[in-house]
Amino acid sequence: MDISLQEVEYRYAAGSPFEKKAVENVSFTVSSGECVAVIGHTGSGKSTILLHLNALLKPTSGSVVIGDRTVKAGRKEKDLKPIRQKVGIVFQFPEQQLFEETVLKDICYGPMNFGVSEEEAKCRAVYWIKQVGLSEEILQESPFDLSGGQMRRVAIAGVLAMEPEVLVLDEPTAGLDPRGRKEMMNMFFRLHKERKMTMILVTHSMEDAADYADKVVVLHKGKKVHEGTPRELFSDAERLSEWGLGVPEVVRFQRMLEAKAGRKLPGICLSIEELAASFSELSGGKAT
Amino acid sequence: MSREVISLDSITFHYPGSEQQVLKNVSFSVREGEWVAIVGHNGSGKSTLAKLMNGLYFPKAGSIHIAGKKLEKDTVWETRKHIGMVFQNPDNQFVGTTVQDDVAFGLENHGVPHEDMVRRVHSALRQVKMDDFLNQEPHHLSGGQKQRVAMASVLALQPDIIILDEATSMLDPTGRQEVISLVRALKQEQEMTVLSITHDLEEAAKADRLIVMNQGEVYRTGTPEEIFELGDELVSLGLDLPFPIKMGNALKAQGVPVQGQHLTEEELVNELWTSHFKK
Repeated sequence: MDISLQEVEYRYAAGSPFEKKAVENVSFTVSSGECVAVIGHTGSGKSTILLHLNALLKPTSGSVVIGDRTVKAGRKEKDLKPIRQKVGIVFQFPEQQLFEETVLKDICYGPMNFGVSEEEAKCRAVYWIKQVGLSEEILQESPFDLSGGQMRRVAIAGVLAMEPEVLVLDEPTAGLDPRGRKEMMNMFFRLHKERKMTMILVTHSMEDAADYADKVVVLHKGKKVHEGTPRELFSDAERLSEWGLGVPEVVRFQRMLEAKAGRKLPGICLSIEELAASFSELSGGKAT
Repeated sequence: MSREVISLDSITFHYPGSEQQVLKNVSFSVREGEWVAIVGHNGSGKSTLAKLMNGLYFPKAGSIHIAGKKLEKDTVWETRKHIGMVFQNPDNQFVGTTVQDDVAFGLENHGVPHEDMVRRVHSALRQVKMDDFLNQEPHHLSGGQKQRVAMASVLALQPDIIILDEATSMLDPTGRQEVISLVRALKQEQEMTVLSITHDLEEAAKADRLIVMNQGEVYRTGTPEEIFELGDELVSLGLDLPFPIKMGNALKAQGVPVQGQHLTEEELVNELWTSHFKK
C-alpha cells in the first residue's frame, strides 16, 4: 500500500488567535515495500507528519492518499478505522500505553477493536510475542511487572498483532541498551524484508537512517528540504548542519581523517566495514 | 585518598511480590570527586541500584552508607540531602510553570529563606548556563535544556553527589553532548561526585571508573581503558564498544596496522595519519 502526501499543510488551532503553522507544502510518497526514514531536528514537523500517516490529523490544506483512500482538507471523513488498521503506528515510548491486567489481554486489545475474534487475537498474541523476542510464558504476567525493554516489546507486539501493511515507527529504540536497539531494528528490518512490510522510520539517529532506509526525507522548520538516498544525503555534511542535523559517526570520522590526511577517499562510507575496506585500499601500498 | 561517599556492601534485593533476585551480593564504593559510570544491559539491575541509594527501596541484605552514614528507614531523609537525582525523562520532572519556579521548588520544600533561595536558584541556573531562561516555560525547552534545568534543580539543593539515571538516553545527540559537557565541568570545577547510570558507551568512556553490571551482579570494575579491553565480551553482555574501538578493530581486520586501542576519534585519526600519511 502506498502512502502519498500531497502539498500537506497543517495549522494547529486553525482559526484561533493561537494558530500555528506546523508543516507547509510537504509532498512525498512512500511506495509499497519501501523503508523511508523521516529525519529532522526537534520542532521540524516530524511528529505532525507522523500523525497524518493514518489520519489522526487531517491536513488543513492538501491531501494524503493512503492506499485507496484520500484524506483531503476541508472534507468530512467517515469510517477511518480501516486506515488505522492498515497503518500501525508505534509511538515514542509505547510502553507508556500499556494498561491491561495481563500481557495477553494487552496484545489482544488492538486486534479485537478491529473486529478480530478473541480466539484469533489470542493466536496472534502467541505468535507476535515470540516474534518480538519474548517467551510465551510472559503472556500471563502483568505488563507492569516487566522491565522497560520487555514492556517496549509487548507494546510493539500489540501493534504488530493488528497486522498492519504499513508500520510507522517513532524513535522505536530510544532508551534501549545497545543490544536491545540492534535486536529491535533487526526485527523490524526482517519484517520489512520478509513480509514486504512498508516501513516509515521517524528518527534522530542518523546511523539508523544510514543502515536501514532506502530513502530519507528531511524536514526543516515544517518544510521538506531534501529527499534522496542516505548516500546522497550524508555526502553533504554542510547542508545537514544547516538543518541542525549531523552525519552518522562513521561519516564524521571519515571526514576527520580526510581533513587530517589532506586527501579524500573515493566516496563516502556508510558503515565501519566499508570505511575500513576503503581506507585499507587507499593505504594499501604502505601497510606493512 | 579521598574518602568514600557511597559504599555498598553485599547488597541483595528483590522487588516485593517477586521471587527474582534483582541484585545479588553487590559491593562497590565511590570516592569523593569521582565520576563513576554504572553500565549494563536493560534489566541488569542498574536502575534498582539508584532506587536503593536514594532510599526508595531498602536492600533485603547488606548495607549502604552515604557520606559515612548508614542508610536506613530512620536516616533516609538525612542521607537524601546528600544526593541529587536526575532521571531519564525530562518531561516527568517539571513542576514549576517557569524555569526559575521549577528550580525553586526543591528549596521551598526544604524551607530555605526567600533571599537565600533567589540567590541559589540564580547561581544554579548560571552553573548549567540556563540563566537566560529564568522566566521561560520548561515545556518549550529542548531536551538537553530541560535536563540542564533538572540538573540545576538538583544543584540548588547543594548535594555532594549527583546520580544520573539514564539522564541522556532520551536526548538527541546535541542534547546528550550538552549534558555530558556539563557533568564534566561540574566535576572539574566543583569536584562534584557523579554516579551515572547509562548504556551510552560514549558517556561511560568519559568517566573515571566503570562498573559493569550483568544479571544483577557486578561483572567487572575498572578504568574505561581496562573495561573496553574486554572487547567482544562486552558485546556479549548486551553492551557495545565505543566507536573509535570498533573502527580500530575493523581496520585491523582489513590488515591495517593499528596500535593498541583508542578511546577518542582524535587519537585514532592521529595514529592513522602518523603511520600512513605523514612523511
